[in-house]
Amino acid sequence: MDILPILATLRRHKITALLIVLEIALTCAIVCNAVFLISQRMHRMGMPSGVAEHELVQVQVVDIGDRPDAKARGEEDLAALRAIPGVKSVARINQLPFTDSSWNNSIFLSPTQTQPTLNATMYFGINVLQTLGTRLVAGRDFNPDEYAEYRDAIRDPKLTPPVVVITQALAQKLWPGESALGKTIYFDPQTPLRVIGVVAGLIRPSLSEGESAAQWGTVVPLRFSGGGSYALRTAPGQRQRVINAAVTALKTLDPKRIIRQQRTLDDARAEFFQADRAMAGMLVGVIVAVLLVTGLGIVGLASFWVAQRRRTIGVRRALGATRADILRYFQIENFLIVTLGILLGMALAYGLSLWLMAHYEMPRLPMSYLPMGAFALWLIGQLAVLGPALRAAAVPPVVATRTV
Amino acid sequence: MLAYYIDLALRSLKRHKALTALMIITIGFGVAASMTTWSVFRAVSGDPIPWKSSQLFVPQIDNWGPAGHGPKDTSNEPPDAMGYTDAVALMRDHRAKYQSAMYQIGAAVTPQRVGQHPITAIGEAVYSEFFPMLDVSFKYGSGWSAADDDQRAQVAVISSHLNQKAFGGGDSVGKTLSIDGHEYRVVGVLGDWHPQPQFYDVVNTGGFSQGGGNIFVPFTTAIANSMNNNGNTNCVESPKEPGFVGLQKSECVWIAFMVQLDDAAAARQYKQYLDNYAAAQQQAGRFNWAPNNRLRGLMDWLDYQRVVPSDTKISLYVALGLLLVCLVNTAGLLLAKFLRRSSEIGVRRALGASRREIYTQFLIEAGMVGLAGGLLGLVLTAFGIASVGWVLPRDIAALARLDVTLFITTLAVAVVATMLAGLYPTMRAAAVQPAWQLKSN
Repeated sequence: MDILPILATLRRHKITALLIVLEIALTCAIVCNAVFLISQRMHRMGMPSGVAEHELVQVQVVDIGDRPDAKARGEEDLAALRAIPGVKSVARINQLPFTDSSWNNSIFLSPTQTQPTLNATMYFGINVLQTLGTRLVAGRDFNPDEYAEYRDAIRDPKLTPPVVVITQALAQKLWPGESALGKTIYFDPQTPLRVIGVVAGLIRPSLSEGESAAQWGTVVPLRFSGGGSYALRTAPGQRQRVINAAVTALKTLDPKRIIRQQRTLDDARAEFFQADRAMAGMLVGVIVAVLLVTGLGIVGLASFWVAQRRRTIGVRRALGATRADILRYFQIENFLIVTLGILLGMALAYGLSLWLMAHYEMPRLPMSYLPMGAFALWLIGQLAVLGPALRAAAVPPVVATRTV
Repeated sequence: MLAYYIDLALRSLKRHKALTALMIITIGFGVAASMTTWSVFRAVSGDPIPWKSSQLFVPQIDNWGPAGHGPKDTSNEPPDAMGYTDAVALMRDHRAKYQSAMYQIGAAVTPQRVGQHPITAIGEAVYSEFFPMLDVSFKYGSGWSAADDDQRAQVAVISSHLNQKAFGGGDSVGKTLSIDGHEYRVVGVLGDWHPQPQFYDVVNTGGFSQGGGNIFVPFTTAIANSMNNNGNTNCVESPKEPGFVGLQKSECVWIAFMVQLDDAAAARQYKQYLDNYAAAQQQAGRFNWAPNNRLRGLMDWLDYQRVVPSDTKISLYVALGLLLVCLVNTAGLLLAKFLRRSSEIGVRRALGASRREIYTQFLIEAGMVGLAGGLLGLVLTAFGIASVGWVLPRDIAALARLDVTLFITTLAVAVVATMLAGLYPTMRAAAVQPAWQLKSN
């Protein structure tokens, strides 16, 4: 089929055709960037934590005022929690993943360095690795005799045990391509720490340092009795029962304390990424709406053109054009318009992405999104034009002999 | 004549019901999407204290020097918050009309009622001038006095929410609360005062939070009673001494500060004072660098702290993009529709209608589509605002609401936008040559 007659017709409806091209271009730009934004959110939401998420629950208690016997009370709590049936492991940890508040430490590679190399999060407590279920990929866990009291360590940095377990991501960042075991890091010049173990992953509780720094983590052997949360590991099906039992046990030991948080780590993750999920949901809504509007716009215009050209169609049919010819005419016309729109739209999408990069710290739109947007629009265009085109094909040749 | 045009427009719109419906629906959709996001945007980017924001300033003092910047950070901005030493010095010098250092506290509160369980409350430790500076409204009582600041009085101001929870509401002035084991006398109960963003301490609240601002106690008392900072603490080096006292002696920053300066001259003087203060610290050997201070106005400060979540901005742009698509779509449909009526226009022109009258007729038709779209958009906006809660974070979604301004803006945007979209189609329609049209028929 010849394209030239189609172009000749379109030239007679320049502005109308141009408006449709513009609409498709805008839609293409919006859809490409929105899909990219969604994919980024999805990627963020699927971020691995490195812990046995489906087996963990968090119970956070707040005691009133300073308690001199905090350490003894802490032991009592731990004993009571350990006694709950189904609990595999208990730890009192300074922080847990997805709690949105992170305990960060500057990391130096030598005692004479003036500016820190980076900052990493710091987990501590007894049984942290075992309870969280982080996987050791090299080295070992802490020995029981390596632990010190957090209170002592903060009073005198020299009492900090000189060993640390770090994440693989941190090891790679600090010593690319080398084994981290046996190397030394410094929290400050007086506190050298030898790396004795490397874990596969342990996420920072807050992403305020950026996603690239999310897996920079350290674990130190400090015992902790004031503050933090209890983490309990159990079978996935037992979690709710364990939470209830833990709250009851803690309340029995001291009815005046406040339970600030009681939830599964799965819930914590869901809450942590709520804004991302919401944003992704809204963008899906916009994509659907914009495609729907564009599709309906094409239906409307195509219907108009078909009605306007009834007589011409009748003449063509009378001169021997088949129904298929007429159908194809409108389909090709639509394809041309949409293609033009897509070309313009790709340029626009790219420009929009550059602008977003400049203003909102967004990565560049990958080229692979452009063909995807193009395909979606071709599909929408063809679907939208099908109805009017079929109606056009149904115009009988006899129309040619009638005056309008 | 107007009635006649409206009648003509109605007839024309009725003739192509499906197309008319299509235009109305797209306009409605586009307007509703952009208005819903705009209402959220307006709520989060709005001025929390419009009558006074130009008089409120946030001073920043660089007590970290070059060490406070990472190797890649070239901004040379001082820290966002203040250390204890500087905050107390600025309070003592008292150079602004009103000023207050503040930090976030989280306390276990027990009302003096039998059988009451403790409640956790998040609030701020502030100076007495905090209340007049921010025009805080009270339901009962008032803030405390400067003398209370000096004497570290155990007094507290509570929100009406906490008043309800702790005392079951009512005038609780004079009642006692136990906060972290110390007895405090309630001197004031706040009225309906929970500004969003919590502009007085965005460093520690992040701007938007539903839980904060429930209890206020004197800064000096909180320090004396060792109420730990519940917000953020940032340090370039670890405190030399442990605990809360160590934090106070360190150069760690954790205190928010706000001052009221009534005019530009006062602001200039205050900036000069800050620079003199920093210069004195440099001379004393505490700072190893030239004064590097800032004095930002409240709105600049909120902008600098990126209090408006960028998510909200992006969704506003996305919604505006959708509106644009809807408008282009409507323009296309109107054009096709108007151009098909060339013969009708030709007849009307031949019968004596002027170009201007054709213009009016078609713009009225476009305007009516816009109005209908706007009405639909209004219904959809109301629906959108009601359901924004499961699309945006709860703290922010709660702020969006449908009011008269939004109501009028929605309708105006719909009508004006549709008429703009109809402008070119109308121009084309009015350009129709009557003779040519009559002949071709």
